[in-house]
Amino acid sequence: MVEIKKLHKSFDGMTVLDGVSVYVENGQNMVVFGRSGTGKSVLLKCLIRLMEPDSGEIYVDGLDVRSLDNKSLNELRKDMGFLFQGAALYDSMSVRENLEFPLIRNYELTQREMNERVNSVLEAVSLEEAIDKMPSELSGGMRKRIGLARSIITKPKLMLYDEPTTGLDPITAKEISSLILELQNQYNMTSIVVTHDLLCAKIIADYAIVLNEGHIIHSGRISELVSSKDEFLQNFFNDEVINPNGRD
Amino acid sequence: MLISRIDNFVTVSQLRLNNFFETLAGLFLFSVRFFKEVFIMPYEIEEVKKHMVELGMKTLPIVGVTGFIIGLVITMQMQPVMQRFGAEAFLPGSVGISIVRELGPVITALIFAGRVSSGIGAELGSMRVTEQIDAMEVSGVNPFKFLVVTRILATTFILPILTVYVIFIALIGSYIAVVLVQNMTWEYYVGRVIFSVEFGDAIPGVSKTFVFGYIVGLVGSYLGFNAKNGTEGVGRASTTSVVIASLLILIFDMILVKLTLWLWPTTT
Repeated sequence: MVEIKKLHKSFDGMTVLDGVSVYVENGQNMVVFGRSGTGKSVLLKCLIRLMEPDSGEIYVDGLDVRSLDNKSLNELRKDMGFLFQGAALYDSMSVRENLEFPLIRNYELTQREMNERVNSVLEAVSLEEAIDKMPSELSGGMRKRIGLARSIITKPKLMLYDEPTTGLDPITAKEISSLILELQNQYNMTSIVVTHDLLCAKIIADYAIVLNEGHIIHSGRISELVSSKDEFLQNFFNDEVINPNGRD
Repeated sequence: MLISRIDNFVTVSQLRLNNFFETLAGLFLFSVRFFKEVFIMPYEIEEVKKHMVELGMKTLPIVGVTGFIIGLVITMQMQPVMQRFGAEAFLPGSVGISIVRELGPVITALIFAGRVSSGIGAELGSMRVTEQIDAMEVSGVNPFKFLVVTRILATTFILPILTVYVIFIALIGSYIAVVLVQNMTWEYYVGRVIFSVEFGDAIPGVSKTFVFGYIVGLVGSYLGFNAKNGTEGVGRASTTSVVIASLLILIFDMILVKLTLWLWPTTT
């Protein structure tokens, strides 16, 4: 499903990704761990071509993402969903308009079909009552849920999550993690999740890679990584190493 | 100490000048991209209409009040001068020409720039830093087309309409200033204005506001679309867009006036 080979990306001379290679099978849920500034979000953005890598190859469903023209890229993006860190809901649109936005512009659906899809995803995230609210009227957890609903409304095969539980209280974070798992099973999606939240990772996925200084330094089942004697991993999982000033 | 200060001043000035020319180059490339994308489907006509109504309604009261005051004040200023030369009968014509040719278009454009360019800069800047523009791109929608092209088209077409409105309001202001000191009917006043103002005055005067409207949309969109560094970047996009748009309006006004006089020498 996803294959990344020797990906390099740097910003103003600072190397963020230094030859990263990743392979994610169909239906697999993979977590990307790493300190802030190690390029986890950059990896996701290169994958969906929101950023152009300096070099390397990216394949999604056998398609070379870097060589696609705009039309083919948009076709591919219809099969991909992206949950942004801050949910990235369109402030000027209501929840309904946010959800309808990708449908109106990419599919020829009748209003009835669109309503059905909107109601179905809102039901999936248990926020049917929020349909006519504006994003500013929603709490952080609700925004994440609506962001999730908007990502899955096109029924993507591949979901990318950028810190899905950041900024939420532990209870809401756990609810969002459980919801993500439920939706993954319901929609049979492959997913890549960037997170610092170990509990979220344990709920959503069973396989993880650990990025550090632009390289993958560990990969394997989450339980193995957590119980590893490796000093970096022990520090990471015990202290939740975070460098808030870094780029990721 | 003094040498160090001068050195510092020169370095800062060079940096600002570099930034200014970088912005101009960026605006040129952004403009090229606009003309490439404006003819490609989908045309998003509904979005253009929505922005035209929004921007027009937002600016209508302030440009109306300004137009009225400008018309009133300029007439009050000119009246004693005209009276001194015994040319009071020419007052409506001279005020009409100055409003139609220059004051109406430029004042409207400058106020429009202050109100709209900063608004577009802040709105798009905020969308950029909160990843809404990225989200749009991921949804398979071209954000440049949906957010930028529609706004530039809206500002380009709404400003001439606002200008005509301002000219009309300014003439009303001017008429009120006239009737405060002498007897004159509205019909006579308008007749004198129409008699003096030719198409050669009105057409170039209003036409150049298409360019001013384009500048307002372009500058606000460019700075907002490329905003960086969080909320600080949004603030900078908003304020810088007013400064650059106003400056470009005045520069282009100078160029367009020269061009008009060259193309239609009769208007002199």
